[in-house]
Amino acid sequence: MEDDIIYVDSLEYFFGEVKAVDNISFTVRKGETFSFLGPNGAGKSTVINVLTTLLPMQKGRVSIAGYDLKTEPEKVRESIGIVFQELTLDRNMTVREILEYHGKLYSMPKTARQARVDELLELVELEGKRDTLTRHLSGGMKRRLEIARGLMTQPKVLFMDEPTLGLDLQTRIRIWDYVKDINQQGTTIFLTTHYMDEADQLSDRISIIDHGKIIVSGKPWELKNALGEDLIYLETSDNSEAGEILKQLNSVKGIKEKTKGIVVMVNVDGTYLLPEIMDKLRTGGIIIKAVNLKKPSMDDVFVHYTGRELRDAEAEKGYEVSERARGH
Amino acid sequence: MHTGFLTIYWRDMLRFVRFRALLFATLIQPALWLAFFGIAMSNNFDRLTATLPATPGVRTVGYLTFIGAGVIAMTTLFTSLLGGTVLLFDKNWGLMRETLASPLPRIHIILGIGLSGMVKSFVQSAVIMIFGLLLGVQFFEGYTQIQVIVSLFGIMLFIGIFSLGFLFLSVAIAITMESPEGMQAVITLLTMPFFFASNALYPVNSFPPLLRALSAVNPLNHLISVIRYFTIGSDFSSIGIHYTYTQGDVFVSFLALVAFTGIMFLIARWRLSKVTVT
Repeated sequence: MEDDIIYVDSLEYFFGEVKAVDNISFTVRKGETFSFLGPNGAGKSTVINVLTTLLPMQKGRVSIAGYDLKTEPEKVRESIGIVFQELTLDRNMTVREILEYHGKLYSMPKTARQARVDELLELVELEGKRDTLTRHLSGGMKRRLEIARGLMTQPKVLFMDEPTLGLDLQTRIRIWDYVKDINQQGTTIFLTTHYMDEADQLSDRISIIDHGKIIVSGKPWELKNALGEDLIYLETSDNSEAGEILKQLNSVKGIKEKTKGIVVMVNVDGTYLLPEIMDKLRTGGIIIKAVNLKKPSMDDVFVHYTGRELRDAEAEKGYEVSERARGH
Repeated sequence: MHTGFLTIYWRDMLRFVRFRALLFATLIQPALWLAFFGIAMSNNFDRLTATLPATPGVRTVGYLTFIGAGVIAMTTLFTSLLGGTVLLFDKNWGLMRETLASPLPRIHIILGIGLSGMVKSFVQSAVIMIFGLLLGVQFFEGYTQIQVIVSLFGIMLFIGIFSLGFLFLSVAIAITMESPEGMQAVITLLTMPFFFASNALYPVNSFPPLLRALSAVNPLNHLISVIRYFTIGSDFSSIGIHYTYTQGDVFVSFLALVAFTGIMFLIARWRLSKVTVT
């Protein structure tokens, strides 16, 4: 409990009749990067809005940095930094003014403010843009400035809601580097994302959230391991028969049926198991039409636990899920 | 004392000075009122009232001087009612989330917007007065230097209270409305009764009883009377009507404006406490 900088117990949130957050409990340890991974509309932003005091607490217990969210919201506000999902920069203020304004809102003394502005502009590499109006910044620069702003008051926890939404790959990688830096310097990070790779890259722990509920939590490798070492995709002349045959192998952890083929989850290095699988099927009189071998990704983890793809993630060829929402 | 409202004030002034076009228009527009409407109407009114017998022993002032006070008050009304608009945009564009998620008490948002709006009104009033004096408005005639300074302080005090009242109202509207078009419509609707049931451009003495009653509680009317008291004097006649203001009248106006502003503050605080921006 002492090392838990965020402690959430049975949190619920209703928009009218609609339950947007359904009995969520989790903890984040000091110094961690913790992610909520889920599709748009899963309830991630609602949780962040409640934790950052933008929405009122309805049901449950939350403490952040040792302060109770319900009874000491001001203390919570002082302890956190936020990077919002949409851009929230005044177009007609300069980079320096944006940071100054933020520092003033938190009653930072002038000298501390100025020193921090210098420090942060160096961190996010915007020193040259100090007196540029934010309307003249590129999308990536704006995002970096927002991250700097979130860090202005040296918060104990930095909340980031979809920090790389709508950015190109190069910019995203750059932002990930900053996030890693910030975390290494000791700031706890709470991240929401619907990008699998982002959660995978940055997080110490991930909770997969869907329909307002936490489906599963764990370290990225734990979640991936649940699927086995490798995934082998097969299209054959008789998929169900092929499944039956392969189930008898010790190193096969499980089999999932797809529209046109099957995915075989295996416990050992698939590169060496594949020949054996193909032999077995051939002996069983099954013709193999297509084969693919890959390491499980966070996408597969999500599909595995929710029974469906991320609603807005690009469907990977041959891996479409036919049945919807089997749940877990 | 928490000085958070100065942060809100700082940002609003920054934007005010930065929007050159807005700044320019804000300063020029009231002067144009005086230049065009004032001079055009002044010739008409002076011609119509030339035949009326002047009250003996009472100073008579021209129409331009009469509406000089009206234009100052009217400009303060319009500027103040629009002063909260920034909050509507902040709310719609998500900029307000930063402020609402900060430890700044919400009341400081109201105070900060109030302060910056008040300063804008002071600047505008000064521009109108200077421009008016150049056009021939007979303000402060026969005043000693001390009297002019006292009068200016008096005007600032009343303009300050009045503008705060309408700025708070503007904040309440801005924070409640969803769209700028809606806000524009509400404000236009509001300005009509305030403006036309006032003695800004013409005397209220010949209004029908209902309109007179309305004008008696109209904050704009109180402000205009007080500005006339400070700029022209306690006893004068214009457009054929004899005006007298006593110190008692000024005090009543003071109480009326303070009450109005106090109520508006409570409404703004209530509206702002209800708002959630996500």
